[in-house]
Amino acid sequence: MKLSKLGLGAIALVSATALTLAGCASDSGGDTSTGDSASIITANGSEPENPLIPTNTTEVGGGKLLDAMFAGLVSYQADGSPVNEMAESIETDDNQTFTVTVAEGHEFTNGEPVNAESFVNAWQYGALLSNEQQNSYFFEDIEGFSYEEDSELTGLEVTGDYTFTITLTAPRADFPLRLGYSAFYPLPAAAFEDMDAFGEAPIGNGPYMLAGDDAWQHDVQIELVTNPDYSGPREPKNGGLTVIFYATQDAAYADLLGGNLDVLDAIPDSNFATFEDDLGDRAINQPAAVFQSFTIPSDLTNFTNPANFEHFQGEEGALRRAAISKAIDRQQITDVIFEGTRTPASDFTSPTIDGFSDSLEGADVLEFDADAAKDLWAQADAISPWSGTFQIAYNADGGHQGWVDAVANQLKNNLGIDASGNPYPTFAEQRTLISPNDSGKRDIATPFRSGWQADYPGLFNFLGPLYATGASSNDGDYSNPEVDDLLDQGSSAGSVDEANEYFQQAQEILLKDLPAIPLWYSNVTGGFGESVQNVQFDWHSVPLYYEITKG
Amino acid sequence: MAYYVIRRLLQAIPVLLGTTFLIYFMVFAMPGNPILALFGDRSPNPALLERLEAQYKFNEPFIVQYLNYLGNIVRGDFGISFSGQSVNDILARTFPVTLKLAVIAIVIEMIIALSVGLVSGLRKGGIFDASALIVSLLLISVPIFVLCFVAQFFVAVQLGWASPTVGADTSLPRLFLPAIVLALFVVATAIRLTRSSVIETASADFVRTAFSKGLSRRRVIPVHILRNSLIPVTTQLGADFGLLIVGATVTEGIFNVPGVGNTLYQAIIRGERPTVVSFVTVMVLFYLVVNILIDLLYAVLDPRIRYVK
Repeated sequence: MKLSKLGLGAIALVSATALTLAGCASDSGGDTSTGDSASIITANGSEPENPLIPTNTTEVGGGKLLDAMFAGLVSYQADGSPVNEMAESIETDDNQTFTVTVAEGHEFTNGEPVNAESFVNAWQYGALLSNEQQNSYFFEDIEGFSYEEDSELTGLEVTGDYTFTITLTAPRADFPLRLGYSAFYPLPAAAFEDMDAFGEAPIGNGPYMLAGDDAWQHDVQIELVTNPDYSGPREPKNGGLTVIFYATQDAAYADLLGGNLDVLDAIPDSNFATFEDDLGDRAINQPAAVFQSFTIPSDLTNFTNPANFEHFQGEEGALRRAAISKAIDRQQITDVIFEGTRTPASDFTSPTIDGFSDSLEGADVLEFDADAAKDLWAQADAISPWSGTFQIAYNADGGHQGWVDAVANQLKNNLGIDASGNPYPTFAEQRTLISPNDSGKRDIATPFRSGWQADYPGLFNFLGPLYATGASSNDGDYSNPEVDDLLDQGSSAGSVDEANEYFQQAQEILLKDLPAIPLWYSNVTGGFGESVQNVQFDWHSVPLYYEITKG
Repeated sequence: MAYYVIRRLLQAIPVLLGTTFLIYFMVFAMPGNPILALFGDRSPNPALLERLEAQYKFNEPFIVQYLNYLGNIVRGDFGISFSGQSVNDILARTFPVTLKLAVIAIVIEMIIALSVGLVSGLRKGGIFDASALIVSLLLISVPIFVLCFVAQFFVAVQLGWASPTVGADTSLPRLFLPAIVLALFVVATAIRLTRSSVIETASADFVRTAFSKGLSRRRVIPVHILRNSLIPVTTQLGADFGLLIVGATVTEGIFNVPGVGNTLYQAIIRGERPTVVSFVTVMVLFYLVVNILIDLLYAVLDPRIRYVK
């Protein structure tokens, strides 16, 4: 009798404690402006690496938050096609001068109107050298831009409260397409009074806004609620969005399984094999706008060790590059190493981009054919015999070892040469070797891993920065006047379709020259919990949070 | 006593100088330019890169950077992280969380170690003692991340008894699971130590005297045996406390605890010199203070110990 009484007491005590605790938890969490805390979506993220200023945020952790809190002239739909968001119209006759009309009636959350000045001032700020904005290169096509000195963007002219014109240095057919990227978001006048304070508590015009003064708990989470003044194509269908920052994806995945997290946009590598079984139809695995390759340097003038790449020059080089490409069984690696979370490449862009084609002329060089590869290699040997080891440099902190070793093994088996990976401990170290050193030389001594994630959904974004002569991320110093010419023609073409035709012609040359060996497109892998519906991932692997419903 | 404390604190100064120098040097010697890595696979414009390097003083020689940093520390300024936050703020935010986690873990460890160790020691060679030995051996041989994943998957995800991660809500119930894992990680040594210490004390003359005076077991065991067995165990618990503060990195990562370890890990990955060095400096300082406190605690436990010159 005594025992059971004691037991009852204990149970009562425990449940009372639990109730008090539960009460505390909902008190602190439910105190938000829209009130309906049940419909707040939780999603994974990472602490932004920089203060939240649109022109200074280049990484996904901060980008995801900016996209929720700001609205640009256009926004992208799931398939990457742009729709007007803050813009009423963007007009041009020559793809060089654009007349933008901003729709009236939109406001920042501090009550300031969103007008022509909001955009022009934000872009001027982002482009100015002394402001040290990491996204400044997005403005390089606008007249007046300079990397050398502080200079005003003379190509931007406010012509009325809600109209302004943009003049580019050269025609760019895909320029309006870029305007949905976060670098082009507007800023309220309040931002310029104290940019540091603004970066800590951004005032935006997007579908969501900060839930209050302490909504951003650094390294922990950021709480967003719907912005009641927002109207546009991204009207939220939920009450808010709480982005929880995780140090490891494994923790986020455990939370998803445990029902603590609603939407996860990156499955940890260790669960690639099982996540589709764990989650069933709540698993997501679809191609994303991420292209992966490895680069074999082309023009060796600026490399410290040109001798290492001499076999990849001229006719002999073309044969060897093709042989290496054909000796890689991409399907096998994506199936075995990546458990189907990569899609074998058939070009230099990504299947989620408008204008993508998997049947370009010459794309068969990306198909596995061991005999043809051996034959091509032998032809190259006839010109000048191969000796040494073929190595691929990679950063060991990025989970690359598996595929690099697999590729090296396939090259070994299918070409009969020595091949291996060449790991560098950190990403920073690899980037330092690839980037020109103080005397303008690149110290990297072997072919190296390379990749590209799109900023905006256009073919040019995958080609121009990487393969145009002297382009900012042309790390292999590839140069082909024909490609340059086609990229220019595409940029100044009358329509996006016409432009894409030029870009695809440029790609057909790239498939012959192979400045980089295309490998695969990364898939976005994710999942969502049982309590949410309508989860859809867009062209650049970010969930469309505003479409998600809960409960 | 005061003289002893002051001497110990003064001794801490060269230790601190040495550690900050070593850590700063090691972080400095890490190959690669962390500013470049901020841009991902994209190459930044050289003018922009130069300005950013100048902003973080990365282009100065090592000794200038170090002295600069040391000067700021003396003024109580631990620097600025890449995300523009003051490292002082980050420390003030993360340290209490880790401290809380470590305190809960150490309490759990103490309860388990003392009770299991005492029973094992008093019934040496019995079934309980043997099982305790086997479990201790098991715990000591399992790496901590395995313990973490097993606890997270079975207790939290499968059974739903706890939340799989901690996140924003660092209340006691949320921290309980990671704290248990941390406690289990260090408890085995403490159990063994308590056991052997209890066995040694139990056969001491004063215990025999106490029994022959006719004192009851209920008085002899806690007052005469347990209290006198505590000295080596206290040293161990003190060392464990330091270890838990410093070594919770893995556990904090897996359970997403917004503490020191988690932040330090990310700072190392990003090559943020000020954050890494400042965190380590504070950890070393903490470790030294805990050790002084433990030494002072001896006098409380054993009146025979006196702190003279």
